[in-house]
Amino acid sequence: MRKVAVAGIGLIKVKEYWDRPIGSLFQEAAYKAMKDAGTNKIDSLYVANMSGALMQDQLNMGTVMADVIAKPGLPATRIEAGSASGGVAFHEAVKAVASGYSDCVMVGGVEKMSDVLPEVVTSSLVMSEEQEYTAYTGVTKAGLSAMLHRLYLDIYASPEEVGMMAVKSHDHAVGCRHAQYPFKMSIERAMASPMEADPIRMMECSGIGDGAAALILVPAEDSGVEVAGSAVATDYCSLAQRDDPLTFNAVKTAADRAYKMAGVKPSDINLAEVHDDYTINGVLSLEALGLVEQGKAAKLVAEQGTARDGKIPTNTMGGLKARGNPLGATGIYQVAEVALQLRGAAGDQQIEGAEVGLAQNMGGIASICAVNVLRRLA
Amino acid sequence: MSVPRYWREEVPRYRLQGKKCKACGAKYFPARPVCTCGSTEFGEYKLSETGEVVTWTVIRNPPMGYEKYKPYMVGLIELDDGIKILSQVVDVDPEEVSAGLKVEAVFRKVKEDGKEGIIQYGYKFRPVVE
Ligand SMILES: [Zn+2]
Repeated sequence: MRKVAVAGIGLIKVKEYWDRPIGSLFQEAAYKAMKDAGTNKIDSLYVANMSGALMQDQLNMGTVMADVIAKPGLPATRIEAGSASGGVAFHEAVKAVASGYSDCVMVGGVEKMSDVLPEVVTSSLVMSEEQEYTAYTGVTKAGLSAMLHRLYLDIYASPEEVGMMAVKSHDHAVGCRHAQYPFKMSIERAMASPMEADPIRMMECSGIGDGAAALILVPAEDSGVEVAGSAVATDYCSLAQRDDPLTFNAVKTAADRAYKMAGVKPSDINLAEVHDDYTINGVLSLEALGLVEQGKAAKLVAEQGTARDGKIPTNTMGGLKARGNPLGATGIYQVAEVALQLRGAAGDQQIEGAEVGLAQNMGGIASICAVNVLRRLA
Repeated sequence: MSVPRYWREEVPRYRLQGKKCKACGAKYFPARPVCTCGSTEFGEYKLSETGEVVTWTVIRNPPMGYEKYKPYMVGLIELDDGIKILSQVVDVDPEEVSAGLKVEAVFRKVKEDGKEGIIQYGYKFRPVVE
């Protein structure tokens, strides 16, 4: 297997682009990534997109985006793995270069959520769950997360401690140019916001946004940022099928594989981008990644342990909560942010001296998870 | 909702019926084509109709088709035979629900597919009156 490097990064600000079609967002990110890499000679394309079929009536998204960037002939694949689409697409793109099959791959994520009403987004999110016995109950993704949130509060932490996950993500987004919500949010404001799905409050949920992010992958040389470990794992779809719903086995398994491949331990990780679509999912992810002991993540967050100068700087550009969560694009944003940190190009968000970082992206309620570990070379 | 798609789930949803692995005895609801032991041989299995609430939530912003029922509760319920099931919890105010609340299955309308579509039915759970 060849070593793989991230050679180009392209991001656009997450926001609601009423005046632009989905292809235009992808094109902007794709061109930024190619410019950054100093090449437009890509030989294959992976497109992460979750809900284009519902939101734009658009399938065949790989071909559509190859067309958009005026590269007919390019092999193109659309990857859908719920809201883990980005992380899983990155993993597939890494394999394409590592195997020697491709020499210069573009992997981009794109999602345009503002084309539909909020209730369509709600329905789209629960489409990642098994339909006949889970979605059938009328539960939402927020609702499923809320059931975990309640169990966690019963055993481990206070509502404020879990809510701090959102507060810290907002803290870190301040000054981040591609973040959707680059402003602070107090814990008081979060705890005073209306219930979305008890005990989850509205300000603990990631919002609706449009975004696109693209990366160029090439064989690694002796400088830049390499993909040290990349893994995907799945779990039983339904919470009812799992022995302990508070343990995200897909995250654990993917993390273990990615750490082993990278030759690192959780304690070697200098920064983490985790999947905080709801505060509790960020908390449980920190634990499943082995970055914090089980039951202690919310307390660590509340004690500033995930702050920029904390034990494990987390969601350094705002996470899903404040950078934004454009579904299929989210996992690519996460990897891009880790790569920017390792390049020392993170601006106000920079974690000084960061050498190893990870991006953790999941779909469903942790029924699939991608963990990608990046390392700075030389 | 297509008619065949609805119709093929009628027995499990109307009768609360799952499957039992003939090799290892594991019980499943809903049915699975393959047991975790690897066997594909199953017999019918009737679930307990009573159990306890493990955790629950209140859905305030529902998916399409469920709007007129909001707010409603959904819970993770452990049945007396150990099977866990997701279901709406009805006929009770959220303030009166707590972990360990004893509940029983009831047959209820789930939703209507517009004016001309299927009226969908199935199980929900309500508190047991001692
Ligand atoms: Zn079996």
